[in-house]
Amino acid sequence: MKTVDFNKNGIAGVQLYACPGMPFCKNEIFRYAGCGNMNECAIMRDVTESEKSMEADGTLGTLLEECIREAEEQLNYRLCYSILPVRVSGANCDFDAFRLRSQNLAKYLNGCESVILFAATVGVGLDRLIAKYSRISPSKALMFQAIGAERIEALCDTFCEDMREKCASVKKARFSPGYGDLPLTVQKDIFVVLDCARKIGLTLNDSLLMSPTKSVTAIVGIGGNERETIHKCSTCSLQDCAFRGVK
Amino acid sequence: MKFREFMDCNIVYLDGGMGTLLQAQGLKPGEHPERWNLTHPEVIRQIHKAYYDAGSNVVSTNTFGANSLKFSEEELEEIVKAAVGNAKAAKEASRNEAQRFVALDIGPTGKLLKPLGDLDFEDAVSIFAKTIQLGVKYGVDLIFIETMNDSYETKAALLAAKENCDLPVLVSNAYGEDGKLMTGATPAAMVAMLEGMGADAIGANCSLGPEKLQGVVEELLEKASVPVLLKPNAGLPKSVNGKTVFDVNEEAFAKQVAFLVEKGVRIVGGCCGTTPAYIKATYDKTCDMSVSPVVEKNLTVVSSYTHALEFGQTPVLIGERINPTGKKRFKQALMENDMDYILAEGVNQQEKGVHILDVNVGLPEIDETSMLKNAVCELQTVTNLPLQIDTSNVEAMEVAMRRYNGKAMVNSVNGKKESMEAVFPLVKKYGGLVVALTLDENGIPSTVEERVEIAKKIIATAATYGIAKKDIIFDTLALTVSADNSAALATLGALQRIKNELGCHTSLGVSNVSFGLPVRDAINSTFFALALENGLSAAIMNPYSVDMMKTYYAYKALKGLDENCAEYIDKAGEFQAVQTQTACTANAIVSGLAGEASAERQTSLEDQASQLQYAVTKGRKEKAGELTKALLSQMAPLEIVNGEIIPALNVMGKGFEEKTVYLPQLLQSAEAAKSAFEVIKSHMSGTEKTAGKGVFVIATVHGDIHDIGKNIVKLLLENYGFDVVDLGKDVTPETIADKVVELQAPLVGLSALMTTTVPAMEETIAQLREKAPWCKIVVGGAVLTQEYADRIGADKYAKDAMEGVRFAEDIVAAQ
Repeated sequence: MKTVDFNKNGIAGVQLYACPGMPFCKNEIFRYAGCGNMNECAIMRDVTESEKSMEADGTLGTLLEECIREAEEQLNYRLCYSILPVRVSGANCDFDAFRLRSQNLAKYLNGCESVILFAATVGVGLDRLIAKYSRISPSKALMFQAIGAERIEALCDTFCEDMREKCASVKKARFSPGYGDLPLTVQKDIFVVLDCARKIGLTLNDSLLMSPTKSVTAIVGIGGNERETIHKCSTCSLQDCAFRGVK
Repeated sequence: MKFREFMDCNIVYLDGGMGTLLQAQGLKPGEHPERWNLTHPEVIRQIHKAYYDAGSNVVSTNTFGANSLKFSEEELEEIVKAAVGNAKAAKEASRNEAQRFVALDIGPTGKLLKPLGDLDFEDAVSIFAKTIQLGVKYGVDLIFIETMNDSYETKAALLAAKENCDLPVLVSNAYGEDGKLMTGATPAAMVAMLEGMGADAIGANCSLGPEKLQGVVEELLEKASVPVLLKPNAGLPKSVNGKTVFDVNEEAFAKQVAFLVEKGVRIVGGCCGTTPAYIKATYDKTCDMSVSPVVEKNLTVVSSYTHALEFGQTPVLIGERINPTGKKRFKQALMENDMDYILAEGVNQQEKGVHILDVNVGLPEIDETSMLKNAVCELQTVTNLPLQIDTSNVEAMEVAMRRYNGKAMVNSVNGKKESMEAVFPLVKKYGGLVVALTLDENGIPSTVEERVEIAKKIIATAATYGIAKKDIIFDTLALTVSADNSAALATLGALQRIKNELGCHTSLGVSNVSFGLPVRDAINSTFFALALENGLSAAIMNPYSVDMMKTYYAYKALKGLDENCAEYIDKAGEFQAVQTQTACTANAIVSGLAGEASAERQTSLEDQASQLQYAVTKGRKEKAGELTKALLSQMAPLEIVNGEIIPALNVMGKGFEEKTVYLPQLLQSAEAAKSAFEVIKSHMSGTEKTAGKGVFVIATVHGDIHDIGKNIVKLLLENYGFDVVDLGKDVTPETIADKVVELQAPLVGLSALMTTTVPAMEETIAQLREKAPWCKIVVGGAVLTQEYADRIGADKYAKDAMEGVRFAEDIVAAQ
């Protein structure tokens, strides 16, 4: 892949990303479903000899397989992005189209001249599945919820890796509204700049939650100091979160 | 010349892109283009004029995002006024001799409607209505609703247009590469709904270039009986040397559009990336082409938010189970507002293979209007089948038709003057396929001739309302053959004549015919076969009846409607399984009656009981239901609950607390227990009601639309015997407090997922403390912590569902 210097060739306007197919990570899905650190094999071995006499429709592995099959038909990955210039001074981050104050983001963007601003969603179909099954089978609803979380993370990771391949100075970590002291209100600006509703069918509710729910908006720094890379959980103040990825 | 007359006999040219041209003129990312009507009127006029000069007959005002969500009422009026003024000025200034019109441009709100988003359907209608009223006030010639990527929002916009003006309305949707809207509707589904509501033209715009929209356009042309519109992008945006360019140039664009005009598209223009040059090129390429006539397709069709269903190809099955008539358990569900039970009936019937669900929730004791509205809306969250709105209450019918996402089937109208006067205006306004019963003021005629006469009268009257014959489906009424030997013959005779002589589709409620006779399934399924052979298009029937389903699939196989008999073979397995099961049950009963050795019976009883415990702990839903059914013949319901189900649940609950059982396993087991409870509830319905542990009101707080956690807690609480009143998600503090006061509920559970909705939880607690000081409040949700819970004044923070259940049990025990 040819290396592109995004800093020199800033892209005006909003681009659509051609989302590729991505393998499911069952371990991650189980983690999101509240199965702790249980590894995939342990769950797949959930069927003991004595249980095999009864139909094995109740095991978690089978449940997950079923849900993945049903989810696959409904997933509709969409991602739009734009490259914006950024000037950081103190806690002020100025992206031309909008500006904001955040100590944590400013620290993350230290030394960057531009950023990739993106919005991604796995589509409304998964929300429909969650809504349907939360009325008739909460265990399935929980699995679809977990699948959605794993899918949207996979989509963001894949996109960011792709961008890094094109331009080595794209940071490894990304920064989303709600991380650290970056307020959710910045979503309003992001949605206007990226024209999310029209480009990818992503909308913002009055309470600043997104619909479809399995969606992410994020800022990725270009340039700067890679040592500033942070784990996405490390800026979170919720220390006893069940899903916390770093201690 | 009026626009409608012009559209009738010409290819209509619309304009091209606006946003992309404004960006080239310096519009900043994030800046509202609509404000440029006021700040840069000369730029806007220049662009409009360039389009008229290039050959556009219709120029759309620069009002894509002009709505009351984005602008204050005063600014909105200024913007629309200026926008219409700018377009009119350009129209005057252009020297082009073509007919020129000004369209009010209406784009989407940028919000997703409930239940997927947070914008209420009626609020969406009001938002569109405000802009449309202004457009009409300042004198536009037509309304152009465009770039809608959700069918429900499209319906809201078209409804607003129809309710606020008589101007022509063109409706255009943004289809993705999969040929569907973002929320799943196919072009055929959109045609069904929009044509039903009276759109003057239907089409596709934005998202893709003309070539990639070909499939969508072809489907629109195949289904629509109104002109088809196409306003594509100049291909896809690409970045070249730091600038966004579109990958289809004027010439290629014009060529591709011309190809589709040749196929029958009647209204053309361009969207993102197109310029006056694109319109000029398209005009030059197509202006000499002959105008394809718009052909009436005569399709009898209903739709949901995903797909359309046509009558006349394969016979249609309409599931009849959502109906309280003769069903104690269903009546109980309605009285208790137990929506989950009703939804499960919908999902189960879909799994059995029906194509449409009949929805009848009429009961004298309840408010049918609000129940029908809720049932229709909620069913549309669990099933994508088209619905048949079944009620004799006209008010309920209207509310349900209005809220329905798609083109509904409506049951019913009849030959009485009063009925037609009430129902036909609704069908005309909201669209719908109406079931017409062949009866009138004189009752149900006994002869075929008289029923056909009533049908003719209904068709003629409908025509005066502008409702075509294709939107009426006749029910020739199946009467009980045990009361009148010739009843079935009259029904079938009328069916055949209405089909052949009047060219209409037919539907029958099949089951009535066997009333009062033994082994009703045999009569029903044979009558069903006869009716199908006489041309029946749809049957309202019980999909759980194996005999009916056998007849249906056998009929299709025999009539060449089932390639290689594949469907029949596929279903045969199910039929055989049911047969074996029935035989086994019969054997069990027989051996029971024969008086087996009591010791042996005891063993089998114990065995079944322990199997039930096992099935519940392992989360085997169906097995748990079956075993409970079997046990009920020998054990008291309470004995099963306290001796088998609750101990199994306790094992799992304890395991969860000790972290040896994971959440999905706990839930699977809870669902299995619920299916066992459901069997017991059915068994006992109509008898004495057992007292629960107390009322527990539960809700996700205002602003929050996440409800998985709340539903998990609800499921477990129900299993532990609480009467859970679920107020849903995004519930205002007032609603929660008022309900708690009304029910004098001792317990309330509140859920919130996001930090932004915790203030709503705090407000709810404050109101509860004031209005219902007796109640205990437990809170939970991803962002909550003990500290948060303490700060907002909750009685209890539950870190998971089991902790919530334990707390509730402690409170009840202390009282």
